[in-house]
Amino acid sequence: MANSSNNRRKFMATTLQSVGLTALGGLLWSGYTDEAKAAKLILRPPGALPEEDFLKACIKCGMCAEACVNRDTNIDKETGKQRPGTLKMAKGGDNKLIGTPFFAPRDVPCYMCDDIPCVPVCPSGALDMPSLLNAKKELDINKARMGLAIVHKESCIAYWGLQCDACYRACPLLDEALTLDYQKNDRTGKHAFLLPIVHSDVCTGCGLCEKACVTEKPAIFVLPREYSMGRAGDHYVKGWDKKDQQRVGERNLNKIETKTKRSEESPMDYLNKGVEY
Amino acid sequence: MKNIKYLLLRRVTQIGLLVLYFGANAYGWTILKGTFGSSLLFGVIPLADPYTTLQVLATGFVLGSDVLLGALIITLFYMVVGGRAFCSWVCPINMVTDLANWLRRKLNLDKEEVNYRFLKRRARYWIMVLGLIVSAIVGVAAFEVLSPITIMQRGIIFGFGAGISVVIAIFLFDLFGVKNGWCGHLCPLGATYSLIGKTSIIRVKHDHEACTACMECKIVCPENQVLHMINKESISVTDGECTNCGRCIDVCNDDALGFGIRSFTNKTKH
Repeated sequence: MANSSNNRRKFMATTLQSVGLTALGGLLWSGYTDEAKAAKLILRPPGALPEEDFLKACIKCGMCAEACVNRDTNIDKETGKQRPGTLKMAKGGDNKLIGTPFFAPRDVPCYMCDDIPCVPVCPSGALDMPSLLNAKKELDINKARMGLAIVHKESCIAYWGLQCDACYRACPLLDEALTLDYQKNDRTGKHAFLLPIVHSDVCTGCGLCEKACVTEKPAIFVLPREYSMGRAGDHYVKGWDKKDQQRVGERNLNKIETKTKRSEESPMDYLNKGVEY
Repeated sequence: MKNIKYLLLRRVTQIGLLVLYFGANAYGWTILKGTFGSSLLFGVIPLADPYTTLQVLATGFVLGSDVLLGALIITLFYMVVGGRAFCSWVCPINMVTDLANWLRRKLNLDKEEVNYRFLKRRARYWIMVLGLIVSAIVGVAAFEVLSPITIMQRGIIFGFGAGISVVIAIFLFDLFGVKNGWCGHLCPLGATYSLIGKTSIIRVKHDHEACTACMECKIVCPENQVLHMINKESISVTDGECTNCGRCIDVCNDDALGFGIRSFTNKTKH
């Protein structure tokens, strides 16, 4: 009898210990994993799901990267040798979630292959093929939205007035995703500015512009769309554009009106109140 | 000279698979593409790691059918045929921990073993469940973030980077820390294959009559709790934690151990 209660006590103690250590491990593990997936300024292959879903779905098999480097077109025309692939698998020390594919356009941009070899090989669905199909159900790389190029005007020498259109000529969707805006250079009085303008409704984020940029650190570069795009919100509607009303849809007042402590008061009161920052 | 037949066969299998995976990336071979997480055999047959698949499902993502089918194929293979053979015949970390184990014996570290009471062999099953819970909470396959197995495999295929430190850490832990610490106590993938492989038909068989109780098998076995029948009963090793590595067969000088097919006719004799 005494022995059995002893056993029971021992069982209880070891169970408690196991549960406790598991909880401890779970806390450390969750914390580490949450940090490890936090790197968000990362460009994913074409067709990748939104980052949150992509991180869930990617099984880290590397078949996209293998398809990328081994594609038939990946031959250096001068040497006849295979070039490095666009897609890299994140390694320890890259500060990106380990084992997931990404690309860095300044090193190797996406060459926007017509047959998109990296996407159909994805077994998990992290690279979503249907999102890249056009109306004829054919793969269409122009539908990819890997990122969006943005121009830093102050370091772009075209904005200085120097003649450079390297990014414009590198763009695979020349005159659609990237156009040149001609403006008069008042400083000289007889030259033109040829200013690169990126159009976010067309730009795929391939990064060929970033690769081609002649400045020391590229003045045009690709960021994930979440980081290179703003959002006007439902407060603002282009009254002259019938389609824009559709964007806002049926305006839900509760959803779009700003609610703060001040807005609880009547407009007359809060407008006279002065502002504290 | 000691027999190293199964040791050599295993190394050939392990390295051969890595060569195929490496060639798929480096030379565009199509025999075996991908990584253990998900692979494609002969360009047609999908293969996928069951535990990785469970982790992804735990995050709430509905996986593509290729991965689900691949995980089913792998699960059935080890369940019916291989047992826990992944760990000793496929996993590249096995080469690291085997080296650590061999060094432990050469350096006499086993004799001085500290009793790490907090670390039990069943810890791996807790970690296996925990990995699924953490995957669900954080929304990313949790073991894959730190798995030395796929880090080592991807390292060989795509380049290591700082990932090599995880492999070195496992080596040091097994050498100077806990004997069989990683494969025998912590690895949740090994735990998964232990559960899957319980019912497989390929088993190590013991002949109690031939045994001279030299206990070489128990010294070399990484999961020697499964060899409880040595010099006692003539039965098969039916514990799922046996990795079917065959080292016990290699080191046995009495022909008292060998691979065999699980007998289903006589329940008591296995």
